Amino acid sequence: MNTMTDDLKKTEPKTPPVTVGQETYEKHDQSKSDVRACITVDHYDFFYGKTQAIYDAHFVMPEKQVTAIIGPSGCGKSTLIRNINRMNELVDGVSHTGDIRIYSQSIYDPQLEVTELRKRIGMVFQKSNPFPKSIYENVIYSLRVSGQNRKSILDEVCEMSLKASALWDEVKDRLHQSAMSLSGGQMQRLCIARAIANRPEILLMDEPCSALDPIATAKIEELIYELKKDFTIVIVTHNMQQAARVSDMTAFFYMGNLVEFGETKKMFMSPEKKQTEEYITGRFG
Amino acid sequence: MAETQENAEQKIFVQNRRGVAGEAWVWFTAMGLTIGVAMVIGLLSLIGFRGLKVFWPQRAVVLQLQSESGSTQTMAGVITKEQEKAGHYEEGSEKQIEWQIFQGNKEVLGLSYKFVDYTDIQKVEYPLNLIRVERLEYGDAFGFPVSLKTPDGGMIDAGDPAFSGELAKAVKQATRVRKEIKTIEKKQIGKINYAIEDKKIKLKGLERKQKAGTAEAEKINAELKDLFARYEILAAKARQLRDQSAGYVLVYKISSGQEKNLPAEKMVDFYFPNQLNRIERFQRFCHRIFHFLADEPREANTEGGVFPAIFGTFVMTVMMSLFVTPFGVMAAIYLREYAKQGVLVQIVRIAVNNLAGVPSIVFGVFGVGFFVYFVGGSIDQLFFADRLPTPTYGTGGILWASLTLALLTVPVVIVASEESLASVPNGMREGSLACGASKWQTIQRVVLPAAAPGILTGFILAMARGASEVAPLMLVGVVKLAPNLPIDNIFPFMHFDRKFMHLGFHIYDLGFQSPDSEAAKPMVFATTLLLISLVVLLNLSAIWIRERLRKKYVVGTF
Ligand SMILES: Nc1ncnc2c1ncn2[C@@H]1O[C@H](COP(=O)(O)OP(=O)(O)OP(=O)(O)O)[C@@H](O)[C@H]1O
Ligand SMILES: [Mg+2]
Repeated sequence: MNTMTDDLKKTEPKTPPVTVGQETYEKHDQSKSDVRACITVDHYDFFYGKTQAIYDAHFVMPEKQVTAIIGPSGCGKSTLIRNINRMNELVDGVSHTGDIRIYSQSIYDPQLEVTELRKRIGMVFQKSNPFPKSIYENVIYSLRVSGQNRKSILDEVCEMSLKASALWDEVKDRLHQSAMSLSGGQMQRLCIARAIANRPEILLMDEPCSALDPIATAKIEELIYELKKDFTIVIVTHNMQQAARVSDMTAFFYMGNLVEFGETKKMFMSPEKKQTEEYITGRFG
Repeated sequence: MAETQENAEQKIFVQNRRGVAGEAWVWFTAMGLTIGVAMVIGLLSLIGFRGLKVFWPQRAVVLQLQSESGSTQTMAGVITKEQEKAGHYEEGSEKQIEWQIFQGNKEVLGLSYKFVDYTDIQKVEYPLNLIRVERLEYGDAFGFPVSLKTPDGGMIDAGDPAFSGELAKAVKQATRVRKEIKTIEKKQIGKINYAIEDKKIKLKGLERKQKAGTAEAEKINAELKDLFARYEILAAKARQLRDQSAGYVLVYKISSGQEKNLPAEKMVDFYFPNQLNRIERFQRFCHRIFHFLADEPREANTEGGVFPAIFGTFVMTVMMSLFVTPFGVMAAIYLREYAKQGVLVQIVRIAVNNLAGVPSIVFGVFGVGFFVYFVGGSIDQLFFADRLPTPTYGTGGILWASLTLALLTVPVVIVASEESLASVPNGMREGSLACGASKWQTIQRVVLPAAAPGILTGFILAMARGASEVAPLMLVGVVKLAPNLPIDNIFPFMHFDRKFMHLGFHIYDLGFQSPDSEAAKPMVFATTLLLISLVVLLNLSAIWIRERLRKKYVVGTF
């Protein structure tokens, strides 16, 4: 990770400033000089077969901040977020142009194992998907697949991750029961614990609260706030209040196009595009 | 006015009720289910009743018969059936009833079953002192005990209160000795025979290589001599035991008045069918079931137990499952998870499905041609050349039988496994891949455990099909009477080249190949009941495992 940031420092001057709307990202960066770019989406087009789902997306998500992706249903939010860890490659007949970079490394770099990439990126899915295993085995799954079998380490990671996802107190006495016996909200938090267990750099969350009640949602939002200290988080949400509450940056997509990208506060107070304003205030979408 | 409105409403209601679409179809479906269930229950209860009745110690009768010609006759036995006499009746005449009597005493009477006209029967008695003896040869005997001759020349009269106790002791001792002799002959002598056979083959091999006189051959010869000496000792021991046990002789009178002698070592068991109370009857019932399950067959399989057949069926089914499951699951994983879904895969899938519809005898023929002659023949050429022309693997055996059945049942496993793999939500796979797992890790750690209950269902279906299949087995290794079990105490303990007995084939053999089909009938029912029970038992245990898995992985609701 350190070498990556070093790389980044070296390469940073070479990359041109990213333009989003009228504002450049550099401009934003000046206000917080310690913020670095983490995920760079560089003129990215994506196709399912012949249908294009993303048109020339171009923006930068800053490190250790929460970037919210909003937009009406079917606008390509999931497509984008699932491309960051190359999950969409499982679909037949997909193709892309442009590039996505984590720090300065392209995720399509042929030298990069896709499993290695995914180990660096945790992902929480819209529908919680615990494995048919015990709670414990669920949490430490990513360590197991990397060949870690030392019990002391696994125990420690399990406890840490569950604490971080605010699930520890509820399940600490039944770690070896099936994860399938948890409630929906607990399952979702378990999936979060699983996603952060091997300390990834980035956490992708695709509508993590869409199936949860307000209390569980509040817990997860709190959690996002906590996790922000360690992870760069990308969250897709349909809930404007949630986007406003948890995110630092917001990207608004419409029919595969990135309409507006900027600081959340600014975007919600005074959006630059009329479309954005209409969507945020609920007049369409 | 209010009333008319109500009427109108009612009318609408009635109309609606009439108009419910598809009501008739509900009835059809219910009827289909009822017919199916009734047939299954009918079949099972018939087999259950007739199968269990075999073991129930029925009361025995003595009949006084007088035929139309005036000759009289006494007959002892058990009433097994009451039926209308076959043939055409004259108009107006009464229907004639006949009884089927199991009279035993085959060596004297020829047939153990006989029909008597109901009208000929003068008297029916249930004498208390009527004895039923199960013998090693000639089936059961009915008679009136006269006395028991003891080895020291003594004689215990049947009226003596000690009589039945002494007789029981004598039979018990004889049974024990028989068991000992069997242990010596089957286990120890069997082992020596096996070794002798082995050495002889080695010797033959040496001869073929023209090394007959060498030191090696000499050594084997010496070993052989030693084995023969050991054999002699054991044989002498067995002979001695046999002589020792002789002595007790039961004297009894059969219904015709003839007196017969029966040495105790020829007796398996005896009881007084009309003296038993309900509890004793039930004890004897259980006792007979136990012996049916645990004993070896006698008298061309119509007497004794079916243990070798149970064992053969079980071993073959387990072996088949061991072959078919990994193979089928692996094929299903490739088809579902790795192969690119396209025309080719679809064709393969259809072909596999159709394989399930191929008549089983075709698999038998394939088994003979491919496994027995080709694979087995090649193995013999390569590894057992010394024994040729006697085939080792180049003839039917339990290995080839289970492989053939595995082939027969593999489509079931593939189809069921594929279904259950397909039903694993994609989200789970994605969750695993997102954690950095490779595809194989995902399959192994997430997909397979989640699909396990469904795969087990396929396994259960395959097992049930395999355990109850007979036709192909007849071609690839099942026999009427196998001298040895496929697993025993002789190194290497598992003899997969051996022929074996199978319950399904046993039923066929009893029912259609035995000389006295009437005598074999009870055994057919009992064996059928047993085969069904075995299949049900195997299935239940697999279902139990599946339910435990399900419980472990039960999907929570929100
Ligand atoms: N596997 C696929 N194959 C073909 N087209 C797809 C596939 N997945 C998504 N699409 C299409 O891509 C477009 C974007 O879909 P995407 O799932 O990214 O929407 P979304 O913004 O996440 O919507 P939602 O808010 O409803 O989840 C849609 O038009 C959709 O029909
Ligand atoms: Mg989506």
